[in-house]
Parts: sequence; C-alpha cells; structure tokens
Amino acid sequence: MEERPFSDLSYVQYLNEEKLMGSRCKHCDALYTPPRSICIKCYKSDMEWVEMKGNGKLAAFTCIAVGPPRMIAEGYDRNNPYCVGVVELDEGTRVDARIEGVDPKKPETIKVGMALKVKFLHRGEGETRVTYLAFTPQ
Amino acid sequence: MGKQKKLGRGVTIVGAGMSKFGMFKDKDSKDLFAEAFNEMLSSVDKGVDPDDIEALYLGNFSNDFFVHQAHWGPIISDLIGLAPKPSTRTEGACASSALAFREGVFAIASGFYDMVLVGGVEEMSKCSTEEVAEGLALATVPYEGNVGFTFPGVFGLIATAYFAEYGASHEDLMNVTIKSHNNAPLNPKAQIPFSIRDLMNNKLARIKKKGGPVPQWEDEKAFLRDISVNPVVAWPMHLYDCCPIRDGASWMLVVAEDMARNFTDPPIHIIGMGQGSGRGFHAADSITSFEATKNAAKEAYGMSGLKPEDIQFSEVHDCFSMAEIIHIEDLGFFKPGEGYKAVSDGLTRLDGPKPINTSGGLKCKGHPVGATGVSQLLEVWKQLRREAGQRQIPNENLRIGAAHNLGGTGGTCTFTILERR
Repeated sequence: MEERPFSDLSYVQYLNEEKLMGSRCKHCDALYTPPRSICIKCYKSDMEWVEMKGNGKLAAFTCIAVGPPRMIAEGYDRNNPYCVGVVELDEGTRVDARIEGVDPKKPETIKVGMALKVKFLHRGEGETRVTYLAFTPQ
Repeated sequence: MGKQKKLGRGVTIVGAGMSKFGMFKDKDSKDLFAEAFNEMLSSVDKGVDPDDIEALYLGNFSNDFFVHQAHWGPIISDLIGLAPKPSTRTEGACASSALAFREGVFAIASGFYDMVLVGGVEEMSKCSTEEVAEGLALATVPYEGNVGFTFPGVFGLIATAYFAEYGASHEDLMNVTIKSHNNAPLNPKAQIPFSIRDLMNNKLARIKKKGGPVPQWEDEKAFLRDISVNPVVAWPMHLYDCCPIRDGASWMLVVAEDMARNFTDPPIHIIGMGQGSGRGFHAADSITSFEATKNAAKEAYGMSGLKPEDIQFSEVHDCFSMAEIIHIEDLGFFKPGEGYKAVSDGLTRLDGPKPINTSGGLKCKGHPVGATGVSQLLEVWKQLRREAGQRQIPNENLRIGAAHNLGGTGGTCTFTILERR
C-alpha cells in the first residue's frame, strides 16, 4: 500500500475514498483508529496502514436535538434529531461516527451492543466535498 | 513516575469573590471582574493593599470566540490597577481557571512570589444557543466534533454506555437534578435559585392563570418526565440535565502560608493538588470514566496522604447530571456503578454523609466556563470558614473539602483538596 503520512488528513482522504483505515505499529503490533504516527505503547514511529473490515458494535450513542450550525444546515433540528455514537470495531479499536438507519426520534429502539457496518456519507461537491464516517445496523 | 507530589512551601487562600452568574446584556467581562474583585477585597478580614499583589493568573476558555476579543490578561490587569505587573492567561476549556489557580499556587510555592491573584471569566450570553454550542464544541477532540458531537451529546453518550453497563436509567439522573436544585435556593449567588418543586409550582401557577388544561404532575419526577417542560437536548440528556452557560467572573487571593495570618484567621490551606489529561472516547480506556479525573485524584490524594473517605464534602463538575455520577465514582467517593444509588439514597445531600455540590453546582449556580474552577474552590473555602450561610454543611468538625473541575470532554481535569487547620 502507498505510504501516506499517518495523519488526520490521510485518514480523511481515505474516508473520501470509502476506506476506513488505521495504523499498526510494526514494532509492537498495537493498532490505532484513527491512525497515530507515534505508537503510544512503545513510542516508536514505524507504522503501516491497515484497512478495517468496517464491522463493529455500538458502544455508546446519543440523539442530538440541538446541533451545531453545520448539522442544522443539513436539516437537523429539535423535530429532526440525528444520532452519533462510538463504535467498537471487530478489530478491537473504537471510532466516533454518525449512526444512520436508526430512528433518532425513538432512541429507546437503539441499543448499545447492536451490530453495525460502515457507511461513508458524502456531502458537497468538488472542492467542498467532505465524507463523514457513519455506521448502519447490519 | 510514581513520585509523590508536594509544594515547595505552604500556600493558602485568604480571600475570594465572585460576580453573580447569569445573563447580563448590560455587563461585559470587565464589569463582572470588577464586581468580583470588590467582593474579594472585602472578604479579606484584616484587609489587603492591592499594591502588594505581585502577579495575575487568569483563566478564560474562549472569549475570543464568544465576544471576539482575545488576550484578556493585560485587559484585566489594567482594570484592577495591577499593570505593569505580569498577567498570564490559562486555557483548559471549562477547567481554565482551575489551571490559573494551579499556576498561581506553583508561583508562590516556588518562592518567586508571595501574593498572587487568580481568577477566571467567560462572557457567553451575547451568542445564540447554537453559537454557544458551536463555540463549546471547539473543545471536543477533533474526531468528535467532525461527526457532530455537542457537549450535551457527549454526556448523552456516556449515559447510554453507563445505563447499559450498570442498569441505571434517566429516572436515576433526575435524583441528581432534584438534589442540586434543593441546594440552590440557599445560595444567593445561584443563577437558578429554585428547587424543582418551586419551578413546577411556578409553572402550574402560570398555566392556571392563562387558562387551558392543567398538567397533573404528582411530584418532581413527573414534572421532569414531561417533555413539554423538559425537552430532549441530546438523548438521554434533557433540558434539566444541563447546566446554564452564561456570564460570570471569580477571583481568589493566594498567599504564602507564613504570611497568611496577616490577612485572615483562618486561612485555608492547599494540601492536595492534581491534574490529568484525557484522550477522547475512541482512545480512552473506558467510556464511563474519565482517566484525567483519576490521574488528578491520584496526584492530589498522594500529595495530601488522604483517602477518598477523608474528603468530607466536594464540589464536582456537574455540567450535566450524568457527569456528577461519573465524577463521584472516579474520585473514589463511591464504587463504579454505585454513584447513582448513592445519590438516590440521599448520601450526597447537604445533610448527608458526603455532601456534593452544596453551591447548587454548575447546574444551578451557573457555568460561565472560564470562571467555574475558581468559583468551585470559593464554595469549598466558604464552607470550611463556616461562611456558607443557609447552605452551611451541618457538621461542626468540617475540616477537609475538595473541588473537581473538568474541561472539554474530559481532556483536562483537576482535583484540589483544601484544609482548615
């Protein structure tokens, strides 16, 4: 795999290409999502890219009714909340993500522990195109 | 590594003051500081000559964003006549002024200064709720902000994980809200000086006056269950699970222990201090605990030689109801998963064995983020000096209290133990 720097920017670029990537320390095998350039277990800076399978389970979530301007611009508000969560990947690491395919108006139907798979949400076009990491129920 | 932390020499607090916290269209940060400064000066029993103050440490999270003015150190230094003496601003999100306090204490402990002023300010009510949410979200870790987390959202997230792990529910969080609101009417500085029962009765009176169907709320919990008065902000955080974030300022006068009795009797001694950093939920060891708090507690208990059971009362950073439960567990007051039971059993009430947030907490006292850390220490200072008025803890032998301050999503936490000798 090509050697991009193990940075937040690379992580975002990969998301744009519909890849959820982490970094693994070649020295001690520790795995990180999002990627780290410095291993915080052995302090070496010798990493390799690893593509995550994109399966995991919901570790925690919330359904937000009062969001920041960016989310309001997407049409979310008090009557149309959105769900975000922390997902524990099958590989053992965690990521923050939007949770799609659930009903944020009925949060009691969303369960910690539910099985999820990755989904890439693209917003905007050209220069302003961004990709958000999301997960949906399997 | 495991070295026990200690100060180079003893440091004490001899004066403290805070402005009223709230929404002030006609007051800015300077006005609030002036108000707090005057209260601080008059709190020094034997008087103090402001000329003797050698330096200023000022906590402020983001007036840069909220009122488009940065670099507050010299502005406040000039306001109170301290310039050209040094002023330093500290930033640790909602823990900004606890960091200012620590820097002031370190400066005295090192022997460099004998008397410094520490404080904090925030001015947020000139922004809309959405702008405030955006400004505060600047203090989340980048991956959290990117996917649309807000601060209520972060604590909503912790709550769903906590509920799943320990079987608690939103009903349990209501006990925290009701407890804090019961302390609030006893604090003249509280932004919301009402119990939940007061708020419920006031609402009923307004509805009856206006005519129309009168809700049947049999108790405070029924009121809090009604989403027409307690709407969801970030499930399961409802409006009454969240603290109000507005304007305020706070000050403390910190002096070397060997000169403290020139100013007051009794001074309050700093016997334990700790701080920690967190890593965000993707990397943290646990979602239902703050490792920054645990590190702060470890340092402070180590320095003081005390255990959690020796702390007679504490202010903790209850920006949300859920936060208070996490903190009283992380600080070792209660075991993991048992904090919510302790609250429902009344153990943290003003007249309980471990009073928590006698001031009404951030929930009722208000949370002008940069001012909060020092205002929490001020409450502990007042309680130890038996100057807390109606909310004085009914314990004749009150000697040791503590304050816990949290910034960001647990990115910066402090824990400080104070003693009356």
